[in-house]
Amino acid sequence: MAELTYIEAINSALREELARDRGVYVIGEDVALGGPFGATKGLAAEFGERRVVNTPISEGAIMGLATGAAAMGLRPVIEVMFVDFITLAMDQLVNHAAKLHYMSGGQLGIPLTVRVQQGAAGNGGAQHSQSLEAWFIHVPGLKVVMPSNPADAKGLLTAAIRDDSPVICIEHRALYWTRGEVPDGEHTIPIGRAALRRPGKDVTLVATSRMVEVALEVAGTLANEGIEVEVIDPRSLLPLDLDTITASLRKTGRLVIAHEAVEGAGFGAELLAQVQEAAFDYLDAPIARVGAPFAPVPASPVLEQAFVPGAERLAGAVRKVVLGA
Amino acid sequence: MTSELNQQEAMELLRTMLLIRRFEEGLIQTQKSGISIGHFHVYIGQECTGAAAIALLEPQDKIATTHRNHGHLLARGADPRRLYAEILGKAAGYNKGKGGTLHATVAGLGFLSTSALVGGAVPLAVGAGFAAKQLGERCVSVGFFGDGVLEEGVFFESLNMASLWKLPVVFMCENNSAGALGQSAGEYPGSTIATKQLIDVVAPFGVPASAVDGGDPRAVRDVTQQALARARNGGGPTFIEARTVRWPGSRPLWPELSTGETDVAFAWEPDRIPMAHRDWFANDGLIRYVRQLFDAKLANTKEILALDATVRADLAKAMRFAIEAPYPDPASALDDVFA
Ligand SMILES: Cc1ncc(C[n+]2csc(CCOP(=O)(O)OP(=O)(O)O)c2C)c(N)n1
Ligand SMILES: [Mg+2]
Repeated sequence: MAELTYIEAINSALREELARDRGVYVIGEDVALGGPFGATKGLAAEFGERRVVNTPISEGAIMGLATGAAAMGLRPVIEVMFVDFITLAMDQLVNHAAKLHYMSGGQLGIPLTVRVQQGAAGNGGAQHSQSLEAWFIHVPGLKVVMPSNPADAKGLLTAAIRDDSPVICIEHRALYWTRGEVPDGEHTIPIGRAALRRPGKDVTLVATSRMVEVALEVAGTLANEGIEVEVIDPRSLLPLDLDTITASLRKTGRLVIAHEAVEGAGFGAELLAQVQEAAFDYLDAPIARVGAPFAPVPASPVLEQAFVPGAERLAGAVRKVVLGA
Repeated sequence: MTSELNQQEAMELLRTMLLIRRFEEGLIQTQKSGISIGHFHVYIGQECTGAAAIALLEPQDKIATTHRNHGHLLARGADPRRLYAEILGKAAGYNKGKGGTLHATVAGLGFLSTSALVGGAVPLAVGAGFAAKQLGERCVSVGFFGDGVLEEGVFFESLNMASLWKLPVVFMCENNSAGALGQSAGEYPGSTIATKQLIDVVAPFGVPASAVDGGDPRAVRDVTQQALARARNGGGPTFIEARTVRWPGSRPLWPELSTGETDVAFAWEPDRIPMAHRDWFANDGLIRYVRQLFDAKLANTKEILALDATVRADLAKAMRFAIEAPYPDPASALDDVFA
């Protein structure tokens, strides 16, 4: 075990996969310089600019180029600097990368990995702060993972690179400099397996990405009030490990879902529907969702803070589900 | 069609350039003092282009700009107090704190947007040109954007439409990659584009194009005047590449006053320029312009120093206003989602 930051864990996954498989290429804006946050630092020096490829500012063509190269058998890992810029690449991602395997009747494989970071942190405003994971889980053919800590950042990214389908690995910018233990050497986490972060018997709290940290804080606070919160991190939104969640509900009978994205038509809405179909009988209370309000992300520090779902709001929602008040 | 500036216009241009330089120096110092601003981009070293071009616009003309927008807003007459307030996220800001530095916009001054997506502003500028033509207004739409935009497909789609429909649009490409100064400081690399000349990619679309020294306000003024006249007379769009060298203190996230605060006296006492920054200040459009005014006897050192002092004093007041101004009510985060 070594203690790494989230961004170092990503860097180490990329380094190991570049070394392990000659088909792996890292492609994106400024990646040969290390990228704006350092995720690809040192990789060009080690593997050369043939495999760590700086591109023009051309998100649509980068996505399409990587998809075409993946159809040829390469394993491109592209970096889209902010999820907000992936809008320019949605045609190639949604209409091509996601569907080529299906439309070709299974002939073409697209072993593409898209690394992208998102989230509201640092007053970036409405075009640098969104959380857009719900867009991708609406597209059949894409897999979507959201690591919440350094170990998962490494394990999920490694698994994504080795996966034969397109996988979007959504990182959270505010987690980049958080530290955690990461297993030494090869570390993969199967895509589609949730993690139990804290056991508890009174209520299940499913939280994604940065909200896992918030959920654990809330669980600590509520333990002092006699409420035992079980925290589950799905890690992969698609495929989703519903079994782990329903097994927890069987015990707790109560569910709160937390994500940073706006609540409307978010991952929480989908999970809520799946749970009520699969586990309605286990539920003793209405399910609660906690996300951002339905607005673009404002720039001002006080507005951004009001916008991002925090511990206080989440604790309130959990109390309400448990105590019914 | 060269039009010489009279003394008043020449001094007004200097005032605008100083306003932009001092505004952003103030911003960098405020950020350094611990007040969080978020990542912002400065126009230092590019002031001549925006100041000279925007001075020629008529009140009804429109502007679409980018993440590097402070200079354009100030040149168009934005109130520094409200602009600082917006950047600091205050309720008195032009956008009630919702936009911040990246999206500061003043619709009343003809701004359509400040888009933080590379290329985002260009089709908006073309759209304004389209509307102006439909509405029969004598309005020209000017899109300011960086050289990086020519790497995005939307630029070419927009240029094509503007040319096909002869829209009253000026494509003002501010190429700040003309030198490689910023790169060693970790700035985004220069253009990653196969063409050697940006204007070469425009010619096949039938859009008149010229490249000028973006640090020479007279040169910028001449080509912009021609472009505006062409647009107003139904001649369609023009592409201008204004070339500047990137300021070494410019960083993708946190600009630093790495060349120190600009001393206007560098213009007449070049020996005062610190050795390490000689190259930079020799090319700096602001210092060059001051020297031109001085050499042409349009202003003496006393007048220039007095103007600079006034600008600084006003900006210090503006910054104080912004720092003391209240933050917006948190609940207002949910206002303005729909019209
Ligand atoms: C679509 C998109 N891709 C990437 C970025 C990240 N980014 C911000 S500024 C910048 C460089 C832009 O260069 P240029 O257009 O020349 O403008 P400059 O900053 O040099 O004025 C990049 C790549 C972005 N904002 N939008
Ligand atoms: Mg540029």
